[in-house]
Amino acid sequence: MFMNPIFADVLWLHVPDGFLSPGIAIFCWALALLAVGLAVRNARETFDERLVPLAGVMAAFIFAGQMINFPVAGGTSGHLVGASLAAIVLGPWLGILVMTAVISLQGLLFQDGGLLVMGANILAMGVIPALVTYGLYRLVVARAWRTRLIAVAAFAWLSVMAAALFVALGLGFSGTSSFRLAVPAMLGIHALIGVGEALITVAALSFIMRTRPTLLAESAEAGGKGWIVGGVIVTLLVLLLSPLASSFPDGLEWVAEENGFIHTALDAPYQLLPDYTIPFFGETALSTIIAGIVGALIVAGLTIGVVRLLRTRRHA
Amino acid sequence: MHINVFDHYHEQTTAVHRLDPRVKVVVVVLFILSNALLPDGVWLAYALMGLLIWLAARAANLSMGFLVKRSLIVLPFLLAAITIPFTLPGTTILTFHVGQHALSMSDAGLIRFISIMVRSWLSVLAAIGLTATTPFPDLLHALRHLHVPRVLIAIISFMYRYLFVLADEALRLLRARESRSARSLAGKGGGSIWWRAQVAGSMIGQLLLRSLERSDRVYNAMLARGYRGELLTMTTHEMTSRDWWVGATAVTLLLLIQVGGHTFL
Amino acid sequence: MPIQHLTDSIPATNGRQPTLLVQDLAFHYPDGHEALKGVSLQVAPGEKVALVGPNGAGKSTLMLHLNGLLQGKGVVAVSGLPVEKQNLPLIRSKVGIVFQNPDDQLFSPTVFEDVAFGPLHMGLPEADVRARVARALAQVGMAGFEQRLSHHLSLGQKKRVAIATVLSMDPEILVLDEPSAGLDPRSRRALINLLRDLPQTMLVSTHDMMLVYELFPRTVIMDEGVVVADGATQELLHDAALLEAHGLERPYLVTVTTAG
Repeated sequence: MFMNPIFADVLWLHVPDGFLSPGIAIFCWALALLAVGLAVRNARETFDERLVPLAGVMAAFIFAGQMINFPVAGGTSGHLVGASLAAIVLGPWLGILVMTAVISLQGLLFQDGGLLVMGANILAMGVIPALVTYGLYRLVVARAWRTRLIAVAAFAWLSVMAAALFVALGLGFSGTSSFRLAVPAMLGIHALIGVGEALITVAALSFIMRTRPTLLAESAEAGGKGWIVGGVIVTLLVLLLSPLASSFPDGLEWVAEENGFIHTALDAPYQLLPDYTIPFFGETALSTIIAGIVGALIVAGLTIGVVRLLRTRRHA
Repeated sequence: MHINVFDHYHEQTTAVHRLDPRVKVVVVVLFILSNALLPDGVWLAYALMGLLIWLAARAANLSMGFLVKRSLIVLPFLLAAITIPFTLPGTTILTFHVGQHALSMSDAGLIRFISIMVRSWLSVLAAIGLTATTPFPDLLHALRHLHVPRVLIAIISFMYRYLFVLADEALRLLRARESRSARSLAGKGGGSIWWRAQVAGSMIGQLLLRSLERSDRVYNAMLARGYRGELLTMTTHEMTSRDWWVGATAVTLLLLIQVGGHTFL
Repeated sequence: MPIQHLTDSIPATNGRQPTLLVQDLAFHYPDGHEALKGVSLQVAPGEKVALVGPNGAGKSTLMLHLNGLLQGKGVVAVSGLPVEKQNLPLIRSKVGIVFQNPDDQLFSPTVFEDVAFGPLHMGLPEADVRARVARALAQVGMAGFEQRLSHHLSLGQKKRVAIATVLSMDPEILVLDEPSAGLDPRSRRALINLLRDLPQTMLVSTHDMMLVYELFPRTVIMDEGVVVADGATQELLHDAALLEAHGLERPYLVTVTTAG
């Protein structure tokens, strides 16, 4: 029986279905859709009709690249996660699209990561690493290549840690795991996986710098300056939350609070439409879905607002 | 070696295989959603969900052994939830002594842990059933018909096609490294970690450049056959009344179990 | 690059319009490498022509010009229609290029989707597309493989399907790059028989001199971006000095008959 040993080390970022509460899963889906939608729009502007074959083949490359391992120590091996490499070589937008394709296919074809939680997986392995690695990389783009490589090692490692923290928080808020244990455990494991990702990303980049330096010059400017802001914010959040998160109120308490909040939130429309009831259907089920969508809409609105604001500033 | 092992589709002609892929996708997604929405500890509801899987597997002529073996892929992730029995407040049912420390397991925690485990497992089984009875290209058609953005589907479709080609290329590179360094793929290699990473990194860099060139050639091949920026596809499936009936029945059953799970069971 | 309109002044061969006309075609890549330095070539309807020459002679670059994937200085016309931007959709349905690596040519998950790609993007209605797919697959002996996944095919089968992907567009001229490369003897034999049976006009680039000898009455030799010889295969293959000057091998059979 073929069990996909290839992904054993990357598996921890592929959350299966059932480990995130439906509200959080749907919330993440909405954010992921927003990010992927933006990525499609921007990548299309750059690559035009070349986009589909380029992104498709490069996604297959990331998948194949994940098979190339190297022994680290004590029987463990280093692997490519790929998001950092993709973001730097292909630019952040195409990088996100490529990772989205990788995650979707792994979930759909190999059950490597769930379907309902796929949004969370796309955020963890596609969007967050693109923000961290590419956002910070833009800060050092003009430096000598040796400096850049050392910086990329740090960023790639940090991007894995950011993804791990994100997953740990998701598990914690879903009441699947306790923050006290999930946060240090996820960060601990990924501190090692991150080293593999950092080494291999830097090694691949130095190969490309030696053989095809023009490639990196093209992609360096592929994203706007907003990426720097995003990258710095996510990085600060990671640095701030990592020590704090383990003392968050635990799992179900939070879920309970969430439900309490939802019930109050839903009371308003119920009062407006007193006849609007669904017989026999558990309120919690429906309300979590609605809460996820409402939350996502709020965040989406905020994001779009901020983006608009930044745009008008730039034009002004 | 060819990377055909990736395909988990089981070619057969059962009623489940012939079902419109859209119905299968929608039902499986709803199955996973309603699974996630079931509260903790509603064992009868879980059992009924499991029964649905079992019936579908029977109808699709898939052995439960296959499904269960494939589903073990989620096992490692269970570690993520393993702390729940010990941290969730409730009546203590077991206490472990580890040196000076005592770990007490609560009933509520244990129920939650098992519930998470069962729900996750049922969801994975459903997803495996979907891929085992639907060729991947059909799955993509279904997603296209269900209005998943076409660009994304097209990208995934190209990825699926080149997955096998590039994975073969990666295996060739790995074998070349193996034959030069005279050690197994998983064994410990010589040199410093950085040196070993550089070897792997160069292979990945090489693969990346080759893939970029390939994407150029593929693009040319598309242009040569009339591609002008929009990918056209044919309608390959028509919903029959049988498809509608099966879909409606499945959704009704899921609803009933959901309602039951929240009220009586 | 502006291309002159020469439609009216295109010389006719035996009173018929040539299927393919290339006149004084020159092209250099952005890095400055001069790949084509004034290539002229005509292929009459129904003709089967071999294009040989060492690697880097410019054969592949020439092929990319035939349907406008590259555009250089000079004239390229297909059945009198100049290869220009506004004609490209039509040109691409008239010129069926089969690239060397079938893994580049077959980019869809299933055989059906790949063979349907061309006609579908020509804007044909679905019923026509289906009929053309069935016919093209039957022509290459791959009927019944519609739903097969491309990555499950052998190299020989992939090459056949690759040919079907352009046959389904009903092209006026087939342009094949290294069709026999990498095939085992049996698949190579099957491919030769297939090419012999296809009625289309053909321009085939190859290193396989036995294939040239067996299949193509006329041969064009290219080297360093120009056509160095163009004539009857029988004559060219007996010209030992010419072949050697351009790094080409004389097929064994020819050697034997010349000696005897």
